[in-house]
Amino acid sequence: MASVLPSAVLDAAAVPIPRVAARREAAPYLNPYLAGVGLGLVLLAAFVIMGRGLGASGAFSTFISWAVASVAPAHAKGNEFYQGYLQSGGSHPLKDWLIFELLGVLVGGFVSGVLAGRVRKTVEKGPRISTRSRLLLAFSGGTLMGFGAKLARGCTSGQALSGGALLSVGSWAFMLMVFAGGYGAAWFVRRQWQ
Amino acid sequence: MSAPFFKFGLFGAEFSLVMAFAIGIGFGFFLERAGFGSARKLTAQFYFKDLAVFKVMFTAIVTALLGLFYLSWAGVVDLSLVYFGPTWLLPQIAGGLMLGVGFVIGGYCPGTSMVALATGKVDAVFFVLGVTAGIFVFGEAYPAIQGLVNATPMGEITLPQLFGLRYGVVVFLVVLMALAGFWGAGAWERRLARRAGEV
Repeated sequence: MASVLPSAVLDAAAVPIPRVAARREAAPYLNPYLAGVGLGLVLLAAFVIMGRGLGASGAFSTFISWAVASVAPAHAKGNEFYQGYLQSGGSHPLKDWLIFELLGVLVGGFVSGVLAGRVRKTVEKGPRISTRSRLLLAFSGGTLMGFGAKLARGCTSGQALSGGALLSVGSWAFMLMVFAGGYGAAWFVRRQWQ
Repeated sequence: MSAPFFKFGLFGAEFSLVMAFAIGIGFGFFLERAGFGSARKLTAQFYFKDLAVFKVMFTAIVTALLGLFYLSWAGVVDLSLVYFGPTWLLPQIAGGLMLGVGFVIGGYCPGTSMVALATGKVDAVFFVLGVTAGIFVFGEAYPAIQGLVNATPMGEITLPQLFGLRYGVVVFLVVLMALAGFWGAGAWERRLARRAGEV
């Protein structure tokens, strides 16, 4: 791990964040059932307008396949996984539906955050863990998640939400396993959050 | 029958990217509204402290499920033209487990990490780098693990097909299960609140 994330990077990110006085109080979150209906209607709109559900990890895969093909074209050509994300019918591989969707997610998240006074530089963690450890765990968890999402052919967006609403067998099996994995591992990393 | 609009040629590939961006904005907006830009809020689900992840996810699934079911019944949407991913049971079970473990360690999933990034969470930057690394490792390992990735293919199979039930019956059962879950979540949270009041 140390070779992947040089400690200089971690130290820079761990610099305490100066508190700005008289900052606006963050608004409370939306009622979860209302937020769920909103999210469900967005998903329904994707089905009705596009004939496909939402996604997230697929955009990452396209980006990585494009990056690998840019650096080592011959290597990417010999790999079926990368090839799957590079066949774009002659147009640029990054002109991809999920990439544009994910750019929208960034904008939508930012707009909602600004409106609610929730945009601020922070590290999300419990009180009993150092910032440095939290950042290492964020990277490690992300790695596991990236690998798992590709093995399952989708993540919480593409499988659990979209496939779940279509009553796909694989998506429901996936969803149950996500909760099982989360609850199973929670005890071991409780110091990070509680 | 005129939906999905894109499949009926109401607009082309270029405009579909505009729709992608617009749909993404809605997706990100509601994720942030729900509090899913916060890893502490998301992971609290796994410690039974805050069940918003369960509530939001299943409300969204039920909303889209019922919407699609009625629109297809009314003849507005041709369900056979909506993309349906095939099942590979074993890799999806293994991948789901890895994702769940990665969720509680990393604090986000790929979609919510984008919302966290957009609202200034430094740990989300590291999480996103991790996801990128994980997919790269998968890509490099792909030739070696192809057997596992493509194991137990079941094709495009739905729960109604698996259980031999009518589509509408399974929709009804899912809604019933979700409502029971919401009732249970509410009862549990009231208990937590009472306990907190006693201390």
